[in-house]
Amino acid sequence: MTRRVVITGIGILSSIGRNLPETINSVLTSRSGIGRLKHLNSFHRDEFPFAEVQLSNEQLLDLAHQTPSSGYSRNALLGMIAAREAFVHAGLDKIPRLRTGLISATTVGGMDRCELFYGDFLSNNTRNEYIDVYDCADSTEMIADLLQIDDYITTISTACSSAANALLLGTRMIRNGKLDRVIAGGTEALTSFHVNGFNALKILDKVPCRPFDTNRNGITLGEGAAYLVLESAEAAQAGGREIFAELAGFGNACEAYHQTASTPDGLGAFLAMERAVKISGLDPSAIDYINAHGTGTDNNDVAEGLAIERLFGDNIPKVSSTKPFTGHMTSAAGSAEAILSILCLTHRIIPPNLNLKTTMPEIRFTPVTELIKNIDVNTVMSNSFGFGGNNTSLIFKRI
Amino acid sequence: MTAYINGTGLISPQNTTNPDQFLPELAEYTADFLQAIHPNFKEYINPIAARRMSRLIKMGITSAKIALTDAGCDMPEAIITGTGLGSVEDTEKILSGMISGEQLMNPTPFIQSTYNTISSQIAITLKCHNYNSTYVHRSFSFESALQDALMQFLEGSADTALVGGIDEMTENHLQITRRAGHWKMVPVNNLRLRTYITPGALAGEGAAFFLLGNHQTASTYAALTDVKTLYDLKRNLCIEEVVTGFISDNNLDISQIDAIILGYNGDVNYDSVYDKLGSGPFRETPQLWYKHLCGDYYTSTGFALWLAANILKHQLIPAGIKINNHPGSNEIRRILIYNQYRNINHSLLLLTRKQS
Amino acid sequence: MEELIEKLKKEVIEQLNLEDISPEDIEADSPLFGEGLGLDSIDALELIVLLEKNYGLKIEDPKDGKKIFHSIRTMAEYITEH
Repeated sequence: MTRRVVITGIGILSSIGRNLPETINSVLTSRSGIGRLKHLNSFHRDEFPFAEVQLSNEQLLDLAHQTPSSGYSRNALLGMIAAREAFVHAGLDKIPRLRTGLISATTVGGMDRCELFYGDFLSNNTRNEYIDVYDCADSTEMIADLLQIDDYITTISTACSSAANALLLGTRMIRNGKLDRVIAGGTEALTSFHVNGFNALKILDKVPCRPFDTNRNGITLGEGAAYLVLESAEAAQAGGREIFAELAGFGNACEAYHQTASTPDGLGAFLAMERAVKISGLDPSAIDYINAHGTGTDNNDVAEGLAIERLFGDNIPKVSSTKPFTGHMTSAAGSAEAILSILCLTHRIIPPNLNLKTTMPEIRFTPVTELIKNIDVNTVMSNSFGFGGNNTSLIFKRI
Repeated sequence: MTAYINGTGLISPQNTTNPDQFLPELAEYTADFLQAIHPNFKEYINPIAARRMSRLIKMGITSAKIALTDAGCDMPEAIITGTGLGSVEDTEKILSGMISGEQLMNPTPFIQSTYNTISSQIAITLKCHNYNSTYVHRSFSFESALQDALMQFLEGSADTALVGGIDEMTENHLQITRRAGHWKMVPVNNLRLRTYITPGALAGEGAAFFLLGNHQTASTYAALTDVKTLYDLKRNLCIEEVVTGFISDNNLDISQIDAIILGYNGDVNYDSVYDKLGSGPFRETPQLWYKHLCGDYYTSTGFALWLAANILKHQLIPAGIKINNHPGSNEIRRILIYNQYRNINHSLLLLTRKQS
Repeated sequence: MEELIEKLKKEVIEQLNLEDISPEDIEADSPLFGEGLGLDSIDALELIVLLEKNYGLKIEDPKDGKKIFHSIRTMAEYITEH
């Protein structure tokens, strides 16, 4: 019999809040974190808006309570802070240990340091303590050391679906009896590497992103970290702790079409959502709300919109993208948006798709444009689709 | 959950591209790092499609195709890759441009620099919409991919999985990581790697893909019985206990292990852990090594898995990979692979001979 | 114009890494995308980089690229005009 997987802890650090309470407050007041860069020294700072975490690296170091003060990437610090919040929120520091894993996701690892010091790495013997922060495992092992987790650790990188895949793997490991608890999520610090790269793809909007809007013109890059504590329903009974939601369905599919584009009719998105619904054992009509991937690009929003229509037919749930709040957090998007989806269940809300003025003509449905409060939300779907056509959909149920 | 290795494809610093041959001779180098021997990629990849593929991606797609052909499989039900560093070459192109003040980035290297580009481009080539993932955790990368595949079979989510481990090395990356103490400071002879007794390993690279299935087929090399990764959080692991524990978790004892493949990489600071096993619990076991053939890289256990699968298939241990002269048993039934990175990340893989 | 066309052919081959194609293989008026060479959206972005790096011409909206990059000749005409 497959074990049920529930969420007992949440940690999130993004442009809309340094922690979960601040994040909730921002959502409830429709406060976006998009603005001008304050910390990253990017050539394009005046050209595009970004959703930067409102903390310098020194402030992050302080918040993470870390010494010595060098050898940390911003990526690792963001991850450590958010993962620890989730760990403490779940009360894991106060109850006996069971088999606990850490599955973290990132795309560029410690690039926030390496892009600054690459010249030094090549030409002189300074900054050597940053050489080993380059690869993706560095931040994961920093988190593992901080939280003292060693039963199972690994790192996933599937671009913008990375953190959703971390949650997916964590869920499967618990369902299959390999682990009792998993801290799963992702972390990504904004870098010039990102900015210049997405600019080369010409998908950065010069105004805050407008998912599903007919005038949308690209993404707004964000950064941050978000982790959830997943537990088997049995393990979650220990310690009289609160359970926030059940991770009831998950699906992954590959677009297999193009490295950066989805099939125009959203086949990959459709398959991922369909697989998630199948695992959940629910009918699509049971889904109350979809937190869309909704990046604001021409391609994603059409593909995803059509895929939603194909799967849900005449019963399209409420839909919104929360990327106008948080920006596109890339490797942390999947877990950050899972958290925002869970807030719908716990706080009886549906967050708005900010910045939407005119819904694109290609879709029949209209995303939610104003915050809805005092609404019973029982089942939500959260979509994350990444470069390389990696599409993941997760379903959360109210407990 | 046992899986079956039903097809292999390996591009490495040895002549390993042809699955019908098993290390007829060993390639010898005196080098800073061991570079993979490329097949003619044009035989495997359409030149127009290959136009923006880096060497890493060509190696990945080619070895994946070789494995699929070897297994007689057109469409795997999952594609799962492990890579510790992803596309180093593409990332370097971008970083070099950035440090010279270049703000205009080419899109191609940026797209290629995402770690999951290998898994995704294989899927695009095959038009495979099935499960797809990429693991990027140092020397756990390939093992995590294998563990995911084994779990797919356990759940009944898939009956076949294409699983690969791939990493590349470049001159710049070698130079930089040499400063962090990873590699030998001067060129060395690979076949005499264990004689140097100096710090640093010999770097290498390679792409190893396997078509795993949950049933034995006519093309089966061997069974993959178990994979374990262990992170030494407290830096105080007793390796003998860990390895013997792994063996007994599989309801075996050491006498039933017919060969152990050890990840000696020539680094005097870290190789002693293998000596402990070799002079301790495995002193009566034929001990083999492999990193003199492929060098060290995060997914080098892909080479070791290929080696073990072939030993079990051919019932033959190639010359030049033995560490001790223990004659071993008449039948090679079970092989254990043990590798570690900086005594922090430990991997164990257990293979069993296929049923006749 | 013809000189520029020949130069562009070589630059396009190099920028897009079309290893097996020589300038003689490319017709000045043949479509570069879809049929013909079968280039895609990433190639279009690479050509945007080429125009900016080699000719100082910035194309902000990739949708404009469709007309400009229709063929080698339309590229040459755009460069000459600007």
